[in-house]
Amino acid sequence: MAKAAFDTPRIPDFPEIPVVVEGAMGHSRPFAAAPEHQEALGFPGRLVEDWHDRAIARMGELLGRSRGLRVFLDSCVKCGACTDKCHYFLGTGDPKNMPVARQDLLRKVYRRHFTLAGKLFPKLVGAADLTEEVLEDWYRYFHQCSQCRRCSVFCPYGIDTAEVSMAGREILASVGLGQKYSNEIIGKVHKIGNNLGLPQPALADTLEGLGEDVEEETGVPVRFPLDEEGAEVLLVTPSADFFAEPHVDGLIGYAKVFHQAGIRWTLSTRASEAANFGLFIGSYENMRKVALRVREAALELGVKRLVFGECGHAWRVAYSFLDTLAGPFDFLDPRYPVPQHVVEVTHDLIRRGALTLDRSANDERRVTFHDSCNVARASRMGDVPGGQFTLPRDVLRAVCNHFFDMAPDTIGEGTFCCGGGGGLLTDDLVELRVKGALPRMQAFREVVERHRVTHIAAICAICKSQFAKVLPYYGFEMDQILSVHQLVGDAIVLGRND
Amino acid sequence: MPILTVAFALAFYAATAILVAGLAYKIAQYARTPALLKIPTTPAPLTRAGVAARIAREVVLFESLFKAAKWTWLFGWTFHAALLVVLVGHLRYFTEPVWAPAGLVQGIAPYAGLAMIAGLAGLWARRFLVDRVRYISAPSDHLMLALLVAIGGSGVAMRFAAPTDVVALKAFVLGLLYFDWQPIPSDAVLLLHLGLVVALMAVFPFSKLLHAPGLFFSPTRNQADDPRERRHVVARTP
Repeated sequence: MAKAAFDTPRIPDFPEIPVVVEGAMGHSRPFAAAPEHQEALGFPGRLVEDWHDRAIARMGELLGRSRGLRVFLDSCVKCGACTDKCHYFLGTGDPKNMPVARQDLLRKVYRRHFTLAGKLFPKLVGAADLTEEVLEDWYRYFHQCSQCRRCSVFCPYGIDTAEVSMAGREILASVGLGQKYSNEIIGKVHKIGNNLGLPQPALADTLEGLGEDVEEETGVPVRFPLDEEGAEVLLVTPSADFFAEPHVDGLIGYAKVFHQAGIRWTLSTRASEAANFGLFIGSYENMRKVALRVREAALELGVKRLVFGECGHAWRVAYSFLDTLAGPFDFLDPRYPVPQHVVEVTHDLIRRGALTLDRSANDERRVTFHDSCNVARASRMGDVPGGQFTLPRDVLRAVCNHFFDMAPDTIGEGTFCCGGGGGLLTDDLVELRVKGALPRMQAFREVVERHRVTHIAAICAICKSQFAKVLPYYGFEMDQILSVHQLVGDAIVLGRND
Repeated sequence: MPILTVAFALAFYAATAILVAGLAYKIAQYARTPALLKIPTTPAPLTRAGVAARIAREVVLFESLFKAAKWTWLFGWTFHAALLVVLVGHLRYFTEPVWAPAGLVQGIAPYAGLAMIAGLAGLWARRFLVDRVRYISAPSDHLMLALLVAIGGSGVAMRFAAPTDVVALKAFVLGLLYFDWQPIPSDAVLLLHLGLVVALMAVFPFSKLLHAPGLFFSPTRNQADDPRERRHVVARTP
């Protein structure tokens, strides 16, 4: 693809709030889903004739089944607390990328059709009809939200723009205007089992090759089992882990951890994908269907534990929704939480001294950690609030000597999205992705300059792919992004534990 | 009975009915709408008691707003806290003998009235001065501030500049409560003050003032972080 025609933002010396530039990103529009990709998910193939009435009707249905949506659309007082919190606003200055303004795209139609004030005095209360222009704004700006929930941390009423953009996308898809990237991928998961459309023989071949590579390098036969019945652990991981750097090094790390801990584990063809893009398009039905594969795989293979690999939104769906969508999981070993994050497994093994680690193996690297949005603000690890921040850092400190955090307001619950989450990790949105990465790049550059940091470690396939893509735009190298379990894998001393 | 008294009495009854019925309707609607999934903004409390404390901090301290924007927090918190003091102070018109807390705040209530106006002025200034907030402000956002400033302003004016007959006012208010109407003092500033309060009560359930009940129903704030410990299933209608 030709290099897109836009300027990469200059990284300011200190974080800056841009001035409002109306329409700055009005041209950003992801490819629409083709009829076959729409229909595979149960949506109409193209924009339906009566899209207006069907969109309003769909909005009514969603309002009736989502307390959050209803409360969020009613409660906003336009205080402005969220206006400088979205990385896409900070990177573009487009006012429709301020969370409240993004919500207002849906809220103004809600007010017009579902509230007395909006029916009687539309102009006064900022209500508006759903015109073609508004529909187009929905499509463009609900696809400039990575559903990272940063705004929801700061809203005095906890209004979550992610819920609004999900509802918006759901309505769009249900009138025939779905997004190509997400819908095509969900179709592949339904049909083949993973986002990449990797069939079983190719997957088996890849895993066999990985085993050979690791054995060649270390002399230890570390296995990468697939569809092994009776294994203790089913590992569900993003399919990116099967083929690309830096993801695959993370998979090697998990395999080494399981090997050293003597845990019999397996991957599954049926659930060869942790990602669940049903979340991104706000489709409860699709999300549930994708989640059910994990249940089926666990039953089919007779495993006792369910562990998820490094993937942000997948961990949200797994941790927060899986039991609701596909439970109960009473057939699994009740001594372990369902599901577990691979970082929880590794953390626990380290704590119990079950792994021999050589930190100096990572001495060439000076590492910082990027909290992925869905892990940070929509899930937990361990048994105390905030474990999602401490556990990965504990693991990193256990496997490398040089660890440095980025500025406090850019990590933890205030972490900035990588810029590619929420179904936006596609080349047709590369300008948005580059600009949306600005706040994270700013914080990264600070630790590069202050602590000579060389690498960002992450636990999300989307973050890793996004950073590999955008780091070069800001003068860094694409290989400065690492999997946390790559660092773990490199530090593990294979062989007998004494 | 003077027509003015009848008009105001009926207006107060109507506004009260709209306020109570409207809020009851919205609260019932929020309560009945299912929250299909667990979506607390994490880190979140793990228990119901922890959630109650989180909501209490939001209501009393505006915790999230404090994290977000210190000036907005200062103006917003000042306005709401002062409004609370003023409202408590006003209960002396509704109770005989006067409810103790109402008597207690009597000395500071007029100054709370001033603080309330100052807070509102700060919030209003942001709607003009900060380009981002200017962009998101609808006419109704300005109008709501105008309404509150006018209510506060007329109240403070009666306290400091144009005193009204508070004994007659209290007789009117108690008359409303006990359905034994007494004449309303026909003083322009008071009538303006009361008229605007009637308007505020009536628009409450149809406006962004729904943020008050909304906060208690916001799933990002009122859900416990326990999806692995407790299976979350609600009757659903998808």
